[in-house]
Amino acid sequence: MTLDIVRVHRAVRSGSSSLPRSFLAASAIVALTALAGCTDAGGAGTSAGSSAPGGISGTVTVFAAASLTESFGKLGEQFEAAHPGVSVRFNFAASSALAQSIAQGAPADVFASASTKTMDSVVTAGDAVEPKTFAENEMEIAVPPDNPAGVTGVADLARPGLKVAVCQQQVPCGSTAQQIFDKARITVRPATLGPDVKAVLTAVQLGEVDAGVVYRTDVRAAGPEVKGIEIPAGRNASTAYPIATLSKAPNAAAARAFVDHVLSADGTNVLTEAGFASP
Amino acid sequence: MTDVGLDAAVVVDLGTFTVEAAVTAPPGQVLGVLGPNGAGKSTLLRALAGLAPIADGYVRLGDRVLDDPAQGIRTAPERRATGLVFQDYLLFPHLTALDNVAYGLRARGVRRRAARARAAEWLDRLGLADHARHRPRQLSGGQAQRVALARALVVEPELVLLDEPLAALDAGTRLSLRTDLRRHLRSYGGPAVVVTHDPVEAMVLADQLVVLERGRIVQAGRPAEVARRPRTDYVASLVGLNLYRGNATGGRVRLDGGGVLIDAEPDTSGPVYLALRPSAVALHRDRPGRGSPRNTWPGTVTGLETVGDRVRVALAGEPDVLADLTPDAVADLDLAAGARVWVSVKASELTVYPAVGEPAPADPLPG
Amino acid sequence: MSTATRDQLSPATRPRRGRPPWPLVVPAAIAVGFLLVPLVGLLVRAPWRSLPSQLSDPLVWEALRLSLVTASLATGISLLVGVPLAWVLARARFPGLALLRALVTLPLVLPPVVGGVALLLAFGRRGIVGRYLDAWFGVTIPFTTSAVVLAETFVALPFLVIAVAGALRAADPRYEEVSASLGADRWTTFRRVTLPLVAPSVLAGSVLCWARAIGEFGATITFAGNFPGRTQTMPIAVYLALESDPEAAVTLSLVLLAVSVLILVSLRDRIVHTGTGT
Repeated sequence: MTLDIVRVHRAVRSGSSSLPRSFLAASAIVALTALAGCTDAGGAGTSAGSSAPGGISGTVTVFAAASLTESFGKLGEQFEAAHPGVSVRFNFAASSALAQSIAQGAPADVFASASTKTMDSVVTAGDAVEPKTFAENEMEIAVPPDNPAGVTGVADLARPGLKVAVCQQQVPCGSTAQQIFDKARITVRPATLGPDVKAVLTAVQLGEVDAGVVYRTDVRAAGPEVKGIEIPAGRNASTAYPIATLSKAPNAAAARAFVDHVLSADGTNVLTEAGFASP
Repeated sequence: MTDVGLDAAVVVDLGTFTVEAAVTAPPGQVLGVLGPNGAGKSTLLRALAGLAPIADGYVRLGDRVLDDPAQGIRTAPERRATGLVFQDYLLFPHLTALDNVAYGLRARGVRRRAARARAAEWLDRLGLADHARHRPRQLSGGQAQRVALARALVVEPELVLLDEPLAALDAGTRLSLRTDLRRHLRSYGGPAVVVTHDPVEAMVLADQLVVLERGRIVQAGRPAEVARRPRTDYVASLVGLNLYRGNATGGRVRLDGGGVLIDAEPDTSGPVYLALRPSAVALHRDRPGRGSPRNTWPGTVTGLETVGDRVRVALAGEPDVLADLTPDAVADLDLAAGARVWVSVKASELTVYPAVGEPAPADPLPG
Repeated sequence: MSTATRDQLSPATRPRRGRPPWPLVVPAAIAVGFLLVPLVGLLVRAPWRSLPSQLSDPLVWEALRLSLVTASLATGISLLVGVPLAWVLARARFPGLALLRALVTLPLVLPPVVGGVALLLAFGRRGIVGRYLDAWFGVTIPFTTSAVVLAETFVALPFLVIAVAGALRAADPRYEEVSASLGADRWTTFRRVTLPLVAPSVLAGSVLCWARAIGEFGATITFAGNFPGRTQTMPIAVYLALESDPEAAVTLSLVLLAVSVLILVSLRDRIVHTGTGT
């Protein structure tokens, strides 16, 4: 789907200073995606049919919100280590986009969304059952490491002439950001409305905007490439992350196992390390 | 206008072969350039027009030196005051006939109204006043070529170059346009060079003729002269003559290609050309008995071709010969390919002229 | 040939050719079907009932206006710089011409997103050129409407250049020789003879260019971002709407389709006759 574009987007975002390397990564990812197509090729590990302990095997396809990229990536590795013979294949994008894909019949086993509203729409359509909230995420202002515009807080975002990137309204990070703006009673005129949170982060990393409103986990994941400006608890807004197996999951057994892993202590550790708050 | 007219001696290197030719044309004269395809006629023309660079030599027009590579002189086409007329007219398709003719004037800075007025005059002169507002695609071949001529002449060029101007026209149009062309080329006052492969065209249009073959001038002179005394097979076949070369000793000529012919010029000796009109050749079914023709020899018919109201019979023998017969005669003698006949030619029908080894230089024609 | 040629006869008087052979008709029919079915699908599944209310959303017309304006600007810029470039490609002779020709076709083979990234690296605030624009003039290009025009020009320019260069190469150079012999300098010849002769190809190239520009997505969203009224073109609006409101996406698609068809049909004759020259 057109999510490939977002994927390249994301692959390129990793580091304005290490762009050549991420360019290679981007090309590799695009090439692999093109080759893989809709079939299961897997990002890592083999998709063998051999039985493994626990009786699950094959590939499990996880649709997850963009903000879960790093943490779920790690969870996937853990999962594969614990269950040899299973490979995890991720599709990271804006939650609303993923919900649409599922509604259109894209083959997926698990859906992890960045908002309960999006998950509800999938449940209503009958495509998911028993979602469980596994994390919460607060927002943070991301600025380039040298903070050229001298942003100190939410109020600065309304400063005329400041270039701000925010997610578009329809995606969870956009609506959550809007909640923050409403709370602070400011009007922000963004330079661009990103289709997902990683696009906003990329804009900040490339230095094209002076500030962006992203999740705390994104700031942490970006490491030295962005500087985070905390939003005090009173002014902040957060969003809850539900996860569910999908009714039409091709690999239901592995799907359930993955969800269990996310909800387990190990899973929670990874998420907390990444900066998620417990639900 | 100019005194000396065109004076050029050019060497043009085309890679596969070179064209080396010297041509002159005084003002008011038309020089015809005749030759087979690929001889380099168009190349010569383009060199004169400044469209093809010359490797050596010079091009002079009047008192101006247009090209002289040795001295580093090269004049761009737009500064040469040279008119061009092409075989396929090349009228600008997006302009009307009037604007086509006015183009050169406007390019030289004449205001639109004045330019169009002068253009209209010329179109009128050529009988095309009704077609002034037409686009080229609405014109017939003859009309288009007239417009092309007007376009070239309206800017009062110092030299006019025409590349096979009548070749694309049908026979009828060709006839009428030929006379028009002759009239306008004479009256425009400057020198003109006409390239053609049609000998009749050359005869009618040109005052002087050069024959170009494989990049070199092989014959030059007045058209009638060239036709009467061709020096190459090409010209001979063009004008429809039998041409032989041989060595004469007191009226007896041993031909280079085999055979002996008796001519009526006992004083001429040495290498000679013999020209024989096909209409002067008689054919017999049986060997002629004693008769006046000094030349009789056996031949075999190799081909028959209708030329106008005659039949041209090609015969192989010593020598080979072309004979023009009436269709009646052909039927009477029952001639067909392979028929064996006897050829007879009177000595007085043979035109003898010395072969000088190299082609004769052009007759310098005064005025 | 400047007199009446077969090409310039109207279709009615052109000699009729026989019916095409079966081995050609069948694949051709498949191709037509392949192209038609998605369009038919769009029309059939359109939310006709809710269309009026969808169309009343100002966002639709904002995106359309932006798309039309930027595509036309991009085409205008392409004409200004593209026609001279086409002339150089077709007529000039210098070492490295082949390289230049390859360079011009590069945006054609480059994935549009990569083009957008490249534009960022060049003209972004930290870009190799952009940083000076920012430092010296305080001008930043990304996330502005100018960025949209630039991105569209980048991907659409080659279409125009290639069409015009091809026509120039095929044009009879003798027209220009005649013009020169009549005393016109090279600029006058270009203006009054060369350009009019290739005008049909220039037009066809412009239409192609415009069509490519208005459909551009990857480079635009990467370099210019997304903001309604400023940088949210129709394709971007469709893409984003697809995530949350598929009906709106279909509506937007229909509008864009209708506008494009209208423009292409009105220029149909000129495009069809490009190949026959003059």
